[in-house]
Amino acid sequence: MNDFETIGKSVNKIDALALATGQPVFTDDISFPNTLQIKLLYSPHAHAIIEDIDTSEAEKLPGVKMILTYKNTPQVLHTTAGQGWPEPSPYDTCMFNSKVRYVGDRVAAVIAESEEIASSALKLIKVKYNALPHIFDAEEAMKDGATVIHDEKGISGVYDSKRNLVAHVEVRAGNLEKGFEQSDIIVENTFETQYAQHCPIEPHVALSYLDDYGRIIIRTSTQVPFHVRRIVAQSLDIPVQQIRVIKPRIGGGFGVKQEIILEEICAYVTLKTGRPARILYSREEEFISARTRHPMKITVKIGAKKDGMFNAIKMYALSNTGAYGTHGLTVVSNAGSKTLPLYNKAPNVEFIADVVYTNLPVAGAYRGYGATQGYASLEQAIDILAEKLNMDPVELRKKNHIRKGETSPIFQALGEGREGVTQHVQSEVIDKLIELGTKEISWHEKWRQKKRTGSKVRGVGMSLHMQGSGIPLVDMGAASIKLNEDGSVNLLYGGTDIGTGLDTVAAQIVGETLGIKPEQVIIYASDTDMTPFDVGAYASSGTFISGGAVLNASLKVRDQIIEVAKEMFGEFNSNEFILKDGKVTSPRSSKSVTISEIAYQTLYVKNHHQIMAINSFVSPYSPPPFAANFVEVEVDEDTGIVTPIKYVAVVDCGVAINPELAKGQVIGAVVNGIGYALTEDYKFGDNGKMLNPNFMEYRIPSSRDIPEIVPIFVETYEPTGPYGAKSVAEIGINGPIPSIGNAIYDAVGIRLHSTPYTPMKVLKALEERR
Amino acid sequence: MKVKYIMNGGIKEFDIQPGEVLLDVLRRNGYTEIKGNCYMGTCGACAVLINGTPKTTCTTLAAQVDGAEITTIKGIGTITNPSPIQKAFVEKGAVQCGFCTPGTIITAYALLRKNPNPTEEDIKKAIDGNLCRCTGYVQQIEAIKSAAELLKGGENNE
Repeated sequence: MNDFETIGKSVNKIDALALATGQPVFTDDISFPNTLQIKLLYSPHAHAIIEDIDTSEAEKLPGVKMILTYKNTPQVLHTTAGQGWPEPSPYDTCMFNSKVRYVGDRVAAVIAESEEIASSALKLIKVKYNALPHIFDAEEAMKDGATVIHDEKGISGVYDSKRNLVAHVEVRAGNLEKGFEQSDIIVENTFETQYAQHCPIEPHVALSYLDDYGRIIIRTSTQVPFHVRRIVAQSLDIPVQQIRVIKPRIGGGFGVKQEIILEEICAYVTLKTGRPARILYSREEEFISARTRHPMKITVKIGAKKDGMFNAIKMYALSNTGAYGTHGLTVVSNAGSKTLPLYNKAPNVEFIADVVYTNLPVAGAYRGYGATQGYASLEQAIDILAEKLNMDPVELRKKNHIRKGETSPIFQALGEGREGVTQHVQSEVIDKLIELGTKEISWHEKWRQKKRTGSKVRGVGMSLHMQGSGIPLVDMGAASIKLNEDGSVNLLYGGTDIGTGLDTVAAQIVGETLGIKPEQVIIYASDTDMTPFDVGAYASSGTFISGGAVLNASLKVRDQIIEVAKEMFGEFNSNEFILKDGKVTSPRSSKSVTISEIAYQTLYVKNHHQIMAINSFVSPYSPPPFAANFVEVEVDEDTGIVTPIKYVAVVDCGVAINPELAKGQVIGAVVNGIGYALTEDYKFGDNGKMLNPNFMEYRIPSSRDIPEIVPIFVETYEPTGPYGAKSVAEIGINGPIPSIGNAIYDAVGIRLHSTPYTPMKVLKALEERR
Repeated sequence: MKVKYIMNGGIKEFDIQPGEVLLDVLRRNGYTEIKGNCYMGTCGACAVLINGTPKTTCTTLAAQVDGAEITTIKGIGTITNPSPIQKAFVEKGAVQCGFCTPGTIITAYALLRKNPNPTEEDIKKAIDGNLCRCTGYVQQIEAIKSAAELLKGGENNE
């Protein structure tokens, strides 16, 4: 549909060759002499007061430089969430706390000349704990008389700390009671999702050092360099000015690197010693002490008319945020705000949520951000309803989903920790997504067929989804561009490529706008000293928000180039110029000048100035991408093993600026979601300790675990996005739980009510069915 | 103690501590193209070729492989002179964050030397030990297939 030069083309990812040849581009690939190594001591208790810490023996060990505990570090309550300001997460933690709240809470840091010495010194620290009663169950947490997990002075942003209630949300539209009364059929489904970790192959790592002026430079594996700067300044009580954060290449994030959990310790060591400091999580630490997905228990009740029209939807979400409240409110809000508007035909809607503290690992942002949990329950409730109505679940969804030009009261009522924005859907695409998906999976040939081979039975399932594109009126990105003599440009922007390919997308946007090749765009990104601001990589904001900023800056530079061309052509009254193939052409006079010549002219010859511009982007809307997912599974009734055979993800992400990269986002998210649906889970001991913090026992999908995956894109044009683009990074992870769950039901008639769908659960349900 | 390896074709000597694993020795000596830190051999990001066979360096004792020929990703191809398999990974969108990429390419390289015509199952089996959280493997598998074609077409896998 487009006649673009580079938009919509699968330009090679600009950093791919450097990465494929092992260039030293990651945080830990550079090192400084004289670097201090940091190791952390973790709580063995789920809930305890630290009565005393004796570090004297550890300090005597040769090579130990210092030991940090709550006693000698700034006691500044803050949140590690890495969100915009003011944060919607509670201020409920310090760098080190005098109370530990889960097994894995940090107690002390040893700073030593080597990692070995630091590890040895950890064993010499004597901690006297006064163990407190603990809470592992989210429902127990809210009960009267439950032990209070956060009772510290000065804590803020917690809804009701005496009841361990981090947040409580209530949003209503219409009249729910009446809605159910007037419904012919009502179904209710409760579904529980589990603890899971992001598992970036590169764990958290940070390196800090002083520059020649005594400022602290932090090189860190982060999704949010500007928030790192602000939050480290806050927690160390030093000016923002004293800190520079550099984001090199990042070895995956998926939300877990939105958290500021190591940088402040690292920076503090450098501040106190003047020396470089380094901290690197082990895989075990990544599991026990980084962040996880919020486990939720979500009940969805749907009332419908006989013809299948939804009349009322009620969703109640109970979210466990673990020991600290980071992202508690906003993740649970998204369980409603990113799901309920999809079925806007229901006039009566209610979303209620509670977020509780427990003495378990800390949940945070994770790809999908609550929508994953919301859809797990909602999309299976819809299948249950379809069965009661004796309708094809595909047809039932077609009757009820949102359409072009329509809105939902939920958009406005439920935002990210505050009210949302009113918006109308700009694409009429969902029926098309469904049509292509049903065709690709052969829905009509396979649904309800229960094809059996011995003990193995096949089934198909589907689900519908939407997400957002950035946080409206909150997320801001900025970019600056300057022109060089050869027609190349430098793009400096705050956008944070964590492996997604955002830098490549940015180069394409600049290239398209200025009529140059993406290879002529020299990118330097996300360095708080060098580049303009950007909130960072979260909320599916990369292409839409950071890309929007890049487009806005490009348009300004384009205008400046044209101003010079007008002068050179003597066509002051014309506004129609074509920028293409590195040239500016006037269609009126057919005069043409290269962009390189324009740069030479302005840098050296006449009317001297630097062609350059800076611009920002913030959006009043968060246009949702849409997806229809279809899966065929095989359930082995003897072993209980569920094997996805074919997975079809049909996606509307607006214009895919780089289809190959967009494809990678969808497939990667689907596979991550399949792991969450089938195998990934935290096993806890009686004391709340995670028992399987390694890839041997916490199984993420390998190459042999993947089904045939077919991503299909339906192109639409999002008028508020750069070159028609919406987001694509998160939506793909929402499908596997509900679509596989629905397919299991189609195959063998069992409805599982929690993930992961383990062989044990399948066998148990099969047993109960008999 | 001291050990010698033939590193990407050149003889190099290293000081090692008893019990040290190869990953730590090589990264400390500047071979930062070797990634990973699971220390259980489970993620595969630290794979190199040891005497032609892909091995995880996090589970290989440095002393045990004294005298071995070790090939890292840079021994296969460099940014100025990439190998066909590295080019294929770039062209097929098989590189996202790129942290697992060196280990996966090493493994795929060894596969293609042993089996120039791998089936999809052969490829999946070969890279089963190289965990990737970004790509979902599909484009990696496509890249390895494409590299096999390039190599058959005469491009040199060195």
